[in-house]
Amino acid sequence: MAGNDDTLPVRTGFLGWLNKRLPVDAFMRDQLTGYYAPKNFNIWYYFGVLSLVALVLQLVTGIFLTMHYKVGEATAFDSVEYIMREVPYGWLLRYMHSTGASAFFIVIYLHMFRAFLYGSYKAPRELLWLFGMAIYLALMAEAFMGYVLPWGNMSFWGAQVIVNLFGTIPVVGPGLVDWIRGDYGIADATLNRFFSLHVVAVPLVLLLLVALHLVALRQNGSNNPDGIEIKEKKGPDGKPLDGIPFHPYYTVKDLVGVGVFLILFAIVVFFVPTFGGLFLENPNFEPANPLSTPEHIAPVWYFTPFYAILRAVPDQRTGAVLMALSIICFIVVPWLDRSPVKSTRYRPLRWKLALAIFAVSFVALGYLGLKPAEGTYVALARIFTALYFAFFALMPFYTRGESTSRVPDRVTLNHD
Amino acid sequence: MTELAIRSRSIRAGAARALMGLAAALVLCGTAAAAEEAAGHEEAGHEEGHGVDWQSWMAGNEVTNTASLQRGAANFVNYCLGCHSLKYMRYERMAKDLNIPTAQLTANLIPTGARPTDYMLSSFPHAEGEAWFGRAPPDLSLVARYRGSDWVYRFLKGFYVDATRPSGTNNLVLDGAAMPAVLSDLEGVKSAVLGAAAEGHAGKVVERFDVVAPGRLKPEEFDAFVRDTVNFLDYAGDPAQVQRRSIGLWVVLFLLVFTAFAWMLKKEYWKDVH
Amino acid sequence: MSDTPATAANEVDQDRRGFLTFATVATGAVGAAFVAVPFIASWSPSERARAAGAPVEVDLAKIEPGQMLTIPYRKKPMYIVHRTPEMLGHLAGHDAKLKDPESKDSEQPDYARNAQRAVKPEFLVLEGTCTHLGCLPKARFQPGMADLGADWPGGFFCPCHGSRFDLAGRVFEGSPASKNLRIPVYSFRDDGMLVLGVGPTETGAA
Repeated sequence: MAGNDDTLPVRTGFLGWLNKRLPVDAFMRDQLTGYYAPKNFNIWYYFGVLSLVALVLQLVTGIFLTMHYKVGEATAFDSVEYIMREVPYGWLLRYMHSTGASAFFIVIYLHMFRAFLYGSYKAPRELLWLFGMAIYLALMAEAFMGYVLPWGNMSFWGAQVIVNLFGTIPVVGPGLVDWIRGDYGIADATLNRFFSLHVVAVPLVLLLLVALHLVALRQNGSNNPDGIEIKEKKGPDGKPLDGIPFHPYYTVKDLVGVGVFLILFAIVVFFVPTFGGLFLENPNFEPANPLSTPEHIAPVWYFTPFYAILRAVPDQRTGAVLMALSIICFIVVPWLDRSPVKSTRYRPLRWKLALAIFAVSFVALGYLGLKPAEGTYVALARIFTALYFAFFALMPFYTRGESTSRVPDRVTLNHD
Repeated sequence: MTELAIRSRSIRAGAARALMGLAAALVLCGTAAAAEEAAGHEEAGHEEGHGVDWQSWMAGNEVTNTASLQRGAANFVNYCLGCHSLKYMRYERMAKDLNIPTAQLTANLIPTGARPTDYMLSSFPHAEGEAWFGRAPPDLSLVARYRGSDWVYRFLKGFYVDATRPSGTNNLVLDGAAMPAVLSDLEGVKSAVLGAAAEGHAGKVVERFDVVAPGRLKPEEFDAFVRDTVNFLDYAGDPAQVQRRSIGLWVVLFLLVFTAFAWMLKKEYWKDVH
Repeated sequence: MSDTPATAANEVDQDRRGFLTFATVATGAVGAAFVAVPFIASWSPSERARAAGAPVEVDLAKIEPGQMLTIPYRKKPMYIVHRTPEMLGHLAGHDAKLKDPESKDSEQPDYARNAQRAVKPEFLVLEGTCTHLGCLPKARFQPGMADLGADWPGGFFCPCHGSRFDLAGRVFEGSPASKNLRIPVYSFRDDGMLVLGVGPTETGAA
């Protein structure tokens, strides 16, 4: 973190004592008042700070839930009902945590889509993107294991189906599945280890990855909706011409974003916490029953696009491979996208069309993943899976040769 | 500049379309969710031309109607608690939420030997349940959540005579139900004239119901009885729901005030930038 | 184009900024306080804890004169002693050796602040936790026991640090404990049952 001590205020008293021992003022200067962000951020740029809000929300509500939850196949389900009914405001803690998980994924998907809109994964931000993808994978694992903890019937059968997928790996598959479960079927041993991973291990990993993500972000500064590097045009004071200090301008703007997020969050938590069975699935209000499968085993909505891809082909192993590939596509996209132009605003129609088709396919697959794999749903899932993979597989070809001539010199305001 | 403007408009249009699609999907989900959670104030569907449209019967729950919940609680204790427990509900919690005075609770609703702080457990011998009925009577604390209130409403009104079953009755909603028609004393006994299964229409098609024996209650009274009981089960599934919604109103109002201040603050500072 | 934010104060309405900042921060602080409420409240004893801590009934007919019964109530041991007239006689005459003979500094309901520290003299109800550091005092009702001295009038002896209490739970001088043993809320019902956790005015009987 560059910056010499002349730019720091002279402090006396407690603040002077503190600053001699901890770089508080230097941090404020480097990260907030002296960190310049592009002035043309639009609505798509709220989702980073909202992800942080969601993370803190889940951590705090999770800590308090763990004070009352009792892990173990004989006690878990009862302890969740105990929280809902007998712990003062336990119902609020539970609903905040369950809604928070879905809110986290809504925010994350929009956050990731922004990267596609404005080329935020392109050089020099590929590592930022990779850390983000690592966060996404860790988040999926965290959410999956968290859903098993109430030990409802969908917890059990969802775990059964997903863990069984690992059995499709040749040679090591069957042994691997027993090793993951710690038993011959989803059992108490599985629940216990998922609890430990969900409460301790993965949150620590997530915090580390988020820290790395932010450090990588600060290294090059943010991208922006015009996709131009603001550091290339500096004023006489050495500050980017198109930048503004993060504090107070973006602290104040993000506060509004947080307010709107909390309003929507509160509406769901207090009025429609199950969200029609999407955020809290109905079969999960029955205890786990190894002898009775729910009518439709569907994962929670944020996994359904990949679930649809899994089911698109009738063979379990091929489906699993496709599902893994569909996530790997995301990871390697900085190297698939050959365009020198970052922002969709200045890219040709074929890119905009491809992105639109991809977005529609992703949402469609998500919808189809909730439905039973019957009738027209199957054909549709196959079509959208094909489109999904085409978006990535053909990208090196249709993104080649995009002209940079239309990209402006300076950021444009009053755009969206 | 115009070229940029045109392109920017088309990107805006594209992004707007995508966002609108997403918003539409979310709104649809939201309204479906809200419709499910809120009361569906539809009357029970009766003879609609060519048959009984039992699958569109709605429970019409109003968990704010305390009088209905009180009646439902009494119904449950008198007709259901014999076999079905509510193992997560304490008597005194129910009394507090439903404004039932302790004296009345102890006199009318608590079985002898149980204390107000006890859970509402059935005295039914669980082990014998499977032997006697083929399936032990399940706990009903959460039935309104995993089945839905409408399902429970249709279930309680869906018993009909069926000689092929050991209990002598079957159920429209749950084919082969092990539960006998315990409310036939009140409802009466009815037989269902079943029609041919319709294309794309899951579940039994009922041409009409015939009364085999009348019950002690008139049809409207029995309907009210079932509605009160289902209302009570809705409450029992999520006892905090009324309190939750009333707190929620204040929370959202407060957040609107906060966001308004934050918005004005943002506008004020961003005058510098524009 | 304005490249950097306005540094000149001519256009900036500092008063408005100050007011809006204050309004936002104040509303935020109030909101944060409200948010803290459910989290803090979730630590309060749950319904299950309160149900387990519900009043306990004790059948006094089961306690022989001179005997003590230990009953758990709200996770603490309650000693119920059926005192004989002889034991009651031993309560007098040693006020000088007690730290708080009139129970001025000790914890008991108002109706138990008398010489016998009880509602009915023949039944002593107290919390069996030493007021020093919480060990369970042992019953040593026999007067003049060897290890306690010839002038021991009978009472309770705490093995942890040697605190001594008389047959009304009053602490002796020389004990590490400074308060008499606590008396809980209790009352007697018409049918002869002792009810721990409910006071006399509530049952309508002493």
